[in-house]
This record gives sequence, structure tokens and C-alpha cells, in this order.
Amino acid sequence: MRLVLPLVLVLSFPVWGQDSKNQIQKYRDMVAEGSPAELFEIEGEALWKKPQGPNNVSLEKCDLGLGAGVLKGAYAHLPRYFADADRVMDLETRLAHCMVTLQGRTFKEATARVFGTADRPSEMESLSAYVASLSRGMPMAPGTSHPKEKEAYELGRALYVHRAGPWDFACTSCHGAEGKRIRLQELPVLTKVESARAVAATWPAYRVSTSQFVTLQWRMNDCYRQMRMPEPAFGSDATVALIHFIVVNGKGEPYRGPGNKR
Amino acid sequence: MFGLAALGLLKPLAALAAWNKEAFGAKTADAALKGIGISGAAPTRDVLIEAPEIAENGAVVPIEITSNVPGTTSIAVIADKNPFPLVAQFQFQDGAVPFVKLNIKMGETSEVRAIAQAGGKSYVATKEIKVTIGGCGG
Amino acid sequence: MAGPMKMRATWANGFTDVRVLMTHPMETGQRKDPDGNLVPMHFIQTITVQLNGKTVVDCQVSQGVSRNPVFSFRIKGGARGDKITVAWQDNKGDSNSLDAAVA
Repeated sequence: MRLVLPLVLVLSFPVWGQDSKNQIQKYRDMVAEGSPAELFEIEGEALWKKPQGPNNVSLEKCDLGLGAGVLKGAYAHLPRYFADADRVMDLETRLAHCMVTLQGRTFKEATARVFGTADRPSEMESLSAYVASLSRGMPMAPGTSHPKEKEAYELGRALYVHRAGPWDFACTSCHGAEGKRIRLQELPVLTKVESARAVAATWPAYRVSTSQFVTLQWRMNDCYRQMRMPEPAFGSDATVALIHFIVVNGKGEPYRGPGNKR
Repeated sequence: MFGLAALGLLKPLAALAAWNKEAFGAKTADAALKGIGISGAAPTRDVLIEAPEIAENGAVVPIEITSNVPGTTSIAVIADKNPFPLVAQFQFQDGAVPFVKLNIKMGETSEVRAIAQAGGKSYVATKEIKVTIGGCGG
Repeated sequence: MAGPMKMRATWANGFTDVRVLMTHPMETGQRKDPDGNLVPMHFIQTITVQLNGKTVVDCQVSQGVSRNPVFSFRIKGGARGDKITVAWQDNKGDSNSLDAAVA
């Protein structure tokens, strides 16, 4: 069990020199060159084309929003409303949907192991890397016009500030004010356009500290764990709404992921 | 596990020097240097280490090394405070430029040394890299 | 079986730049798994870089190199269409290699 005490370690910026910030940026820039994320993209491509499930078909006809099998730009247009599921879905929820409807797998089986390990990434991680890579350079354009998309945005906005759990935490406890950091990492305020844009453009991402490819569903799940809240279900309305909220705030930013982070 | 012959690589790999177990197993920088036959490396400004002064995570520390010493045939990388200080050694020939970028692991803040060998002599540049830890672990 | 490798080799201004990514745990032998057992050492020891079949860089590396290593090399000369081969071997005798054409 990891001991995490974010409250204790949230410090404000005045102690943080500009030179240190520059060196950290240099670290991030150098680490971003030649990201191992590309290795997950290769895995993901193989999984996309691999026949699986009782129907023994691949995911190649999966409609991620731009048409069956259209991958280029699909990630940049997510999350969005899907009529065939009558809900807003993010990339991972949609992939799970295709695993069920195309491949004949059960939702339970398809999502039994969505968060992998450094030695054994999950299917979802590799697939996310692959699909996201095919939106490189395109402006983030999640769905915003459908009533359910607006609803998801409002739900995400409400969840962002909603305090709950044994510590009475909300996202804002860490991501609520400028100038905060945990240990050496600046905490982005995701209600601010510039921060949301940077986040939308660089997730999912390879984490060098864990050697894992981390997806947005995973990230939301882990935030909830850090806040000591009950675990959200994979692809839940809550996690999709939060992801939608962040990506909509960051819309327009050209996608430059999958990212490579600390 | 594929046999080397199956990969068509039997000849090139067989021609390589065996992995320098002694040098890589050395627990001090001095012993490591001895293991690769280097003593009395002269400090120089002609070997450049391009690296951040602060690493957000010691698991991956990007380091780029260029040797402008004419006739450089090899570059060795040492992280003084690592349990085994010798991290890597690169030999260059037939047009390869004495340049390499790699990601190393560092257990703690330490001096990193790049040692170039040229014309029977060795030259060293050092840089201190602070190792920290960033973020909430998530 | 070894995981995927990826390589990009590009020619510009008389130099060929090679960037290669390898899948490898590079275990130090000091890490513990979730059950508390030490994960044994498992890391790449030697890497060769060849231009059109001729070795130009000979590398000896250790567990001090990061997991899923990424290396950049530079060769004076080369030309578009030339073949770069990067091959590695680890302490268990596993190996992998990849060819790429210089773009």
C-alpha cells in the first residue's frame, strides 16, 4: 500500500525557483523524446486487428464516432454521444462497447483487467495508445452539442468540486488553486483552459515512474483512490463525465500524445 | 527464446567482446573505471553532457553525451552513487559519431561522469543531477 | 519472447540519426514484487548498431539503464535507403533485433 499524504505535501510556489522550474521542463522535454509509448502503440495495433471473443472477430469495424473502422482523428473527437448506446462515451468505454457488440465478449470479461502492470499491460492500455496516436496533430474536438453531452459536462463540473469521502476531498482539494504542487509536481487546475488544454493534448501517457501506460479511466480511478473515495466503476457515468469535462475545457488544442510523463 | 543463428546474428554477436562483468559489478566508480582500463582521465570541456539538473524521477534520467575530442573511440557513463556505478560503455567505429543519448536510472542525487577515450588517453566531464520524486504516485 | 522494438533512422546534412526503442524490463534484481519476492536480474547487456551489415556502434549496458530503453546514435555518412540493424542480447541469452531503412 502506498502511503500518500497529499494534504501534507501541497506547498505553494514562492519556495519554487524559476531555475528549478526550467530544469524540470528540460527533464520533461528530454524524456518526451522517443517515448516508450510507441511500443504500446505497436501492441495496440496488433490487438486492434486480433480476432477475439466468441464471434472471433477483430475490432477493425468498431465505430469510434467517425464511422466503422475509422481511426484517424477518432480520439480527438472523444468523448461524444453515441446513439447506439444512448450515452456519452470516452475512448475506453467505447472500446469496451465494441468488445461486447462486435466480439461477443461480456462486459465483465472484457473489463476484467483494464488496469495492467509494467510487465503485463492491459488490452485497454495498448489499444488506447494505438487509437490515440492516430489523432496526433488534430485539434481536440469532443462532442458538445447533444443534450447528453451538455449533461455530461455539467456532471463533470459538479463532480470536480463535490467533496465526499472520509477526507472530505474533491478534485479541487489538489487541483483547485494555482501554484500548488505535490512534491515536485505542479498541479494543473483543470477548470482553467490552458491547463485543461495541456492535459487533453497529452493523455493517455506512459509514466516513466511506473513504466506503465496510463489511460484516463485509470487516472480517474487512481484520483478517487487517492481521495479515499469508493472505487468508481470502469466506464461509469462519473468517470466519463469528468474526462468529458476536462477534454471539453481543453478543446481546440492539437493532440500531441500519447504522452510521456514522470 | 530464439537461437542466435535463427536471427542470422551469430557472427556479429560472437565477434563482440564479452560483457565486462567485473567492471559492471564494481561497487565504486574507481573500481569501475579500473575495470574498463581507464585511469587518470583528464577533466575536459570537450566532452559535453546534456541533461536536466533535476530529474523528476530517478527511474528515467535522460542523458545526451557528445565528445568533441578528436579520435574518440569510446564513451563510458558512470553514475557515482548508483549501487553499480558503471552504467554503459559505447565503442564507435567506421563513421559512428561519438554521441549517444540514453536514459539511465539513478538511485539518488549524484555526479554523472562521461569518460571519452581517444588516442590512448581518457577525458572526463561531470555533471551533478539531482534526483527527486514528483507527483502523487498516480 | 522479446517485446517489440521500434526504430527511426533519418538522414540529414551528411549524418544519419538513429533512435531506437526497446521493450525490456531491465530488472536490477533489487526490486520486490507485490508478494515481497525479489524479481531476478534481467537486463540487456550488449547492443550492436550496424550500417549495411557493418557494426558501427558496440554497446555494453547494464541494469543501470532505464526500463524500456531508448537510445539515440549518430553516424557520419549513410544515405537514404541504407539499412540500419540494431540487435540486443540480455543476461538470460534472450535477444531481439530490428532493421530499418534510412529515411
